[in-house]
Amino acid sequence: MLSRVANSVYWLGRYLERSENYSRFIDVNFNLMLDLPPNVKEQWEPLIRATGDYDLYTSHYESFDRETAIYFLAFDKHNPNSLISSVTNARENARMVREILTKETWEKLNELYLFVKDGADKETWKSEGAVRFFTDVKYGIQLLYGIADNSVARTEGWYFSHLGQYLERADKTSRILDVKYHILLPSADEVGSPLDFLHWTALLKSVSGFNIYRRFYGKIDPVHIVELLVLNKYFPRSVFFCLTNAEICLRTISGTSGKGYSNSSEKRLGALQSQLEYQDVNDVISSGLHEYLDGLQIKINKISDTIHDNFFKLNSTFTNQKNIQE
Amino acid sequence: MFEADGSCRPHYVQLLEMLTSLSVEKLEQLQFTTDKAQMAMGMTFNVYHDKQGIEKILHLDIVPRIINAAEWKKIEAGLKQRIYALNLFLQDVYNEQKILKDKILPKELVFSCPGYLKPCEGLTPPKGIWCHITGTDLVRDKDGEFYILEDNLRCPSGVSYQLESREIIKRVFPNMLSKLGVAPVSNYPNRLLNILEYLSDKEKPVVGVLTPGIYNSAYFEHSYLAHSMGVELVMGQDMVEVKNKVYMLTTNGLKQIDVLYRRIDDTFLDPNVFNPESLIGVPGIFKAFKSGNISLANAPGSGVADDKAIYAYVPKIIKYYLDEEPILSNVPTYLCSDEKDRAYVLDHLQDLVVKETNAAGGYGMMIGPRASGKELKTFTRLIKENPRNYIAQPTLSLSTVPTLVDSQLEPRHVDLRPYILYGEEIEVIPGAFTRVALKRGSLIVNSSQGGGSKDTWVLQH
Repeated sequence: MLSRVANSVYWLGRYLERSENYSRFIDVNFNLMLDLPPNVKEQWEPLIRATGDYDLYTSHYESFDRETAIYFLAFDKHNPNSLISSVTNARENARMVREILTKETWEKLNELYLFVKDGADKETWKSEGAVRFFTDVKYGIQLLYGIADNSVARTEGWYFSHLGQYLERADKTSRILDVKYHILLPSADEVGSPLDFLHWTALLKSVSGFNIYRRFYGKIDPVHIVELLVLNKYFPRSVFFCLTNAEICLRTISGTSGKGYSNSSEKRLGALQSQLEYQDVNDVISSGLHEYLDGLQIKINKISDTIHDNFFKLNSTFTNQKNIQE
Repeated sequence: MFEADGSCRPHYVQLLEMLTSLSVEKLEQLQFTTDKAQMAMGMTFNVYHDKQGIEKILHLDIVPRIINAAEWKKIEAGLKQRIYALNLFLQDVYNEQKILKDKILPKELVFSCPGYLKPCEGLTPPKGIWCHITGTDLVRDKDGEFYILEDNLRCPSGVSYQLESREIIKRVFPNMLSKLGVAPVSNYPNRLLNILEYLSDKEKPVVGVLTPGIYNSAYFEHSYLAHSMGVELVMGQDMVEVKNKVYMLTTNGLKQIDVLYRRIDDTFLDPNVFNPESLIGVPGIFKAFKSGNISLANAPGSGVADDKAIYAYVPKIIKYYLDEEPILSNVPTYLCSDEKDRAYVLDHLQDLVVKETNAAGGYGMMIGPRASGKELKTFTRLIKENPRNYIAQPTLSLSTVPTLVDSQLEPRHVDLRPYILYGEEIEVIPGAFTRVALKRGSLIVNSSQGGGSKDTWVLQH
């Protein structure tokens, strides 16, 4: 597969996942704020912090009110990670590789893009319809995944897009968990209070994990929530699950079977995956949750950079490769 | 559709009956679904100088244009003859130059063509074929004859619209095609792949379509063709030349590419040989081409044969190489570089169409009968300043076909662009990209200037 095409497909996977996660972030925070007791202030700042774009936000805006925050996260074209930027980037990447996409996936993605653009034109962030809008975006993306699942050939392109998707999701799950770290409780006594409980519930719902949590662990307990989101083997949005599947994609692409690794991407990803495989939740908590998550995000970024170097980089080192197919 | 006396031409009778049986509402409805289908398929083209909404849809009119079997037979034979002769001309002009030595064509005229590429001298492309894909423009004048208007040997576009339009119109009038015996066009991608693979001696050559990228006006077509042939769509940045071979950069290392259907202009192909500013080409590709390690369709240098000044000589070119009379005539053409012709042109400017010899897309032209006094003055000056740059032709009365405009069927002028493939033999695809001028009375059919398109039905019997 052409390196440029592989690069586009990888980022198509990442941007779509990012779009979905941003919709989830906003959707959940929205719902959480609606559930708050009357005397508790809405908090949008934690969400902005968790996305990693806090500095960009504060350089443009002063207040962390709902409208501004939603605008920034969803419709601000100057925010490179906003929903509209991600959907636009996903579509641009798809357009570059249209010849390898199925007709239906391209058409649905095109529709999704037009829908989000329309939402921006109608200033959805100011309206009552905002909650509905983000739910629709989420479903639009899931529909796209459903179509792709039944119509796309399992060749290199499929694995590159899923590699992108899983790495993006691992990063975003760790960030969602981090939101809770930034949300301030009115006082330390509130830990374990109904308000605290409300926060944790919202967090689980944002990753469609509430019911799964209930079945696995029962009562709401922060330690178990961390376990579900970071280390669980069965939950499809846990960091461990995502890394495991990303590794399968990567190994399928390079054709490596058995033990060991055949390139530096596999080495880094394999190391991180095994680290999580043999950790328990106490290891996570004891190193400090926020610090632990921060470390994860940095490692995932490094893995992405290495993938770029191994597969997409177009430079003269290519011409020195032994791997020339006549 | 109609004769001068108002009677319907025989091969249009069934279509006319069907159209008149439909209500205006029904016609509008069919047109509406056609627009929708195009939108969903993403059959868009990009318009230059238009930053807002760069993707536009080429309007497809639901009323097809029909060409009967006898007309088509002549067109087909005429085009085969013409392309065969032009290919011999290209081989000659870059090698022995017999035609110049025999003084059939003035040397200065040939060498002053921007499409004449000196680096191609002494070159014979694989299998001796230069122009693999051609899209010749024809018009039907009031005498009922088809005339050649332009030879497009430089990456002519539009074939994807022809194929997709058929897919849509098939659904609009499902019964008419088989009833009339319309020739199918859908195997074009197969035939194209065949001629491309024929250019390599390898058993399973690696074929690619070279595009400048998503901002090019014909990007839809490039990706459509790559997709329907099942080959790679590549950009210049995806390739490197190593030791006279061209490789694609893949996730698995370098992979040699054997045949390229390149949809970028000659001068952008290789910054080492042609335009050094080009970022969309592949440095070194021309060297690889000369060494015979990669085939390019069409071969660089083919553009000299579709220069509008050379066009005037094509009847002589056919006679010279084939010793045959041209089956399809040229539109009479005055070369402004010729003193006698120039004097005539300047005297009769208001009756003529003036064209720049190396322009395309309906740009750089003036239609005498419709030009303002100011335009006439400007062109008089331009012709005097640079006569080599201009030709003139009498204003033709292009044939019309009924077209759905503002809820009614009105006559609109059309031209015809069939596609010709040159591989083991020369084939003319039985169909065409018919362009229609949507403005009443307008003769300019170019999509960049408000033209639309029609499906073209070639009858088999």
